[in-house]
Amino acid sequence: MAFKIITSQCTACGACEFECPSAAIRFKGESYWIDPAKCTECEGSFDTQQCNAVCPVPKTCVKAAA
Amino acid sequence: MNKPLISLDSLAQPIDFDALKATAKSGGCSTSSCGSSAKPEDMDAAVWDKIKDHPCYSEEAHHYFARMHVAVAPACNIQCNYCNRKYDCANESRPGVVSEKLTPDQAVRKVISVANEVPQLSVLGIAGPGDSCYDWKKTKATFEAVVKDIPDIKLCISTNGLALPDHVDELMEMNVDHVTITINMVDPEIGAKIYPWIFYKNRRWTGVEASQILHERQMQGLEMLTERGILTKINSVMIPGINDEHLIEVNKWVKARGAFLHNVMPLISAPEHGTHFGLTGQRGPKPMELKALQDKLEGGAKLMRHCRQCRADAVGLLGEDRGQEFTLDLLPETVAYDPAKREAYREFVASERGDHMAAKEQAVAAVKEAAVDASLLVAVATKGGGRINEHFGHAREFMVYEARPSGIVFVGHRKVENYCMGGFGEDASLDGIIEMLEGVNVVLCSKIGDCPQDMLQAAGIEATDRFAFDYIETAIGTVYAERFGAELAAAVA
Repeated sequence: MAFKIITSQCTACGACEFECPSAAIRFKGESYWIDPAKCTECEGSFDTQQCNAVCPVPKTCVKAAA
Repeated sequence: MNKPLISLDSLAQPIDFDALKATAKSGGCSTSSCGSSAKPEDMDAAVWDKIKDHPCYSEEAHHYFARMHVAVAPACNIQCNYCNRKYDCANESRPGVVSEKLTPDQAVRKVISVANEVPQLSVLGIAGPGDSCYDWKKTKATFEAVVKDIPDIKLCISTNGLALPDHVDELMEMNVDHVTITINMVDPEIGAKIYPWIFYKNRRWTGVEASQILHERQMQGLEMLTERGILTKINSVMIPGINDEHLIEVNKWVKARGAFLHNVMPLISAPEHGTHFGLTGQRGPKPMELKALQDKLEGGAKLMRHCRQCRADAVGLLGEDRGQEFTLDLLPETVAYDPAKREAYREFVASERGDHMAAKEQAVAAVKEAAVDASLLVAVATKGGGRINEHFGHAREFMVYEARPSGIVFVGHRKVENYCMGGFGEDASLDGIIEMLEGVNVVLCSKIGDCPQDMLQAAGIEATDRFAFDYIETAIGTVYAERFGAELAAAVA
């Protein structure tokens, strides 16, 4: 259960990094990366996934395939 | 007449300020009216003190002082239909576009390198891409580190206003005394056509509701800044058919809440920008449409007309951009600030601008004296310093002035493709220039070839280099008197 960032679409603005309630996102290589071990999909913190809600590019912070 | 004094090119070279000052002084200012103060008569002294070295806040200062932007705050909390932050190109010049984003540490190195090389530097701004108030930690870290080395640099930010009320007190503490808020509407119904969504209180809001929140936060932020005496400039993007007439209402609202300046800018829109407006064919306004709206707004909140809509990593005088000389790979690993050049330049400007103001007053008086009911639109090629000192073919923009019975006022600038590429004038670009000069009666430049001069003449525009290196207003005053003085004499006879 985790979200992931589509690297090719990431603008590297970093908004997701500081909105993430689980500190699961960090800069890695050329874009941001979600640590699947830490991502909670914001369950228990917020109604919507913060990374997806703040990301300026549609369909870039998405649910990772199980 | 003033003699040719200074070429701003010389400032790019190692500078001999003594020689500069000597030539400036020999230029004819011998009266006691030439003080170092060039404060406009209708302005409060405290306000003038704040803006006199800020090129974006003072039309007069923008002839002398330079700004630089550092792109340290890339995260944003709203989406605007005229913005696409994925797009990035070194050859493009418009707000929100940068070649490289910087960390606060890299930004400090860049600012010091520029301060050592560009003596005109007076202002450091953080203006996107992204929002300086939303990406606050990086904005704050950058400002705090820079002022440790360069305490006299003016700090300013540009914001969409949504997160502004949360940081007004910290802005005060950090001595940020210039804030720009982009306000495109005061009616959320109109806002919904400009902002598809905002991110606020941990969720995404859309539609009218989003714009209602944004509007309330913008007004709250503006009121808080005004209460604390922070000068606030309002930027509005003029979007034909969406908010063009509405900006008259916006102007009233921001004036009532103490905004110092209102800057109405044209929407920049093309499909290749990949913005929503670009892709849906929303056009930007033509120069004369922009001017007509700006003219309607005279009498409301004071208008800014010299905005160049610079890139978010621009460096230099308004209208020039030396950003590409200071990219990360060109910066030294360690830099130390040397204040000598900036200090010497400030002394030079203090004497030169007194001279310029006196010449300007004389020219304005001459226009008023002509007492004819006629106006003249004059486009000027200049590299700065308040003088006609650029070759027609090298101009990438013209500053447009209007001489009318009430005086000589700067009304805006027109960007053009420069005509002279490697020494060969291009007919196609000349047609484009003529189109951009719509409504202009006279072009003043330091040099122009016969061919473009004839073609402009055929289009009804008088282009001349008779006034090369003169002060802009002095030349305009002379042209006005020549044209309408003669007409007046003919009418009387």
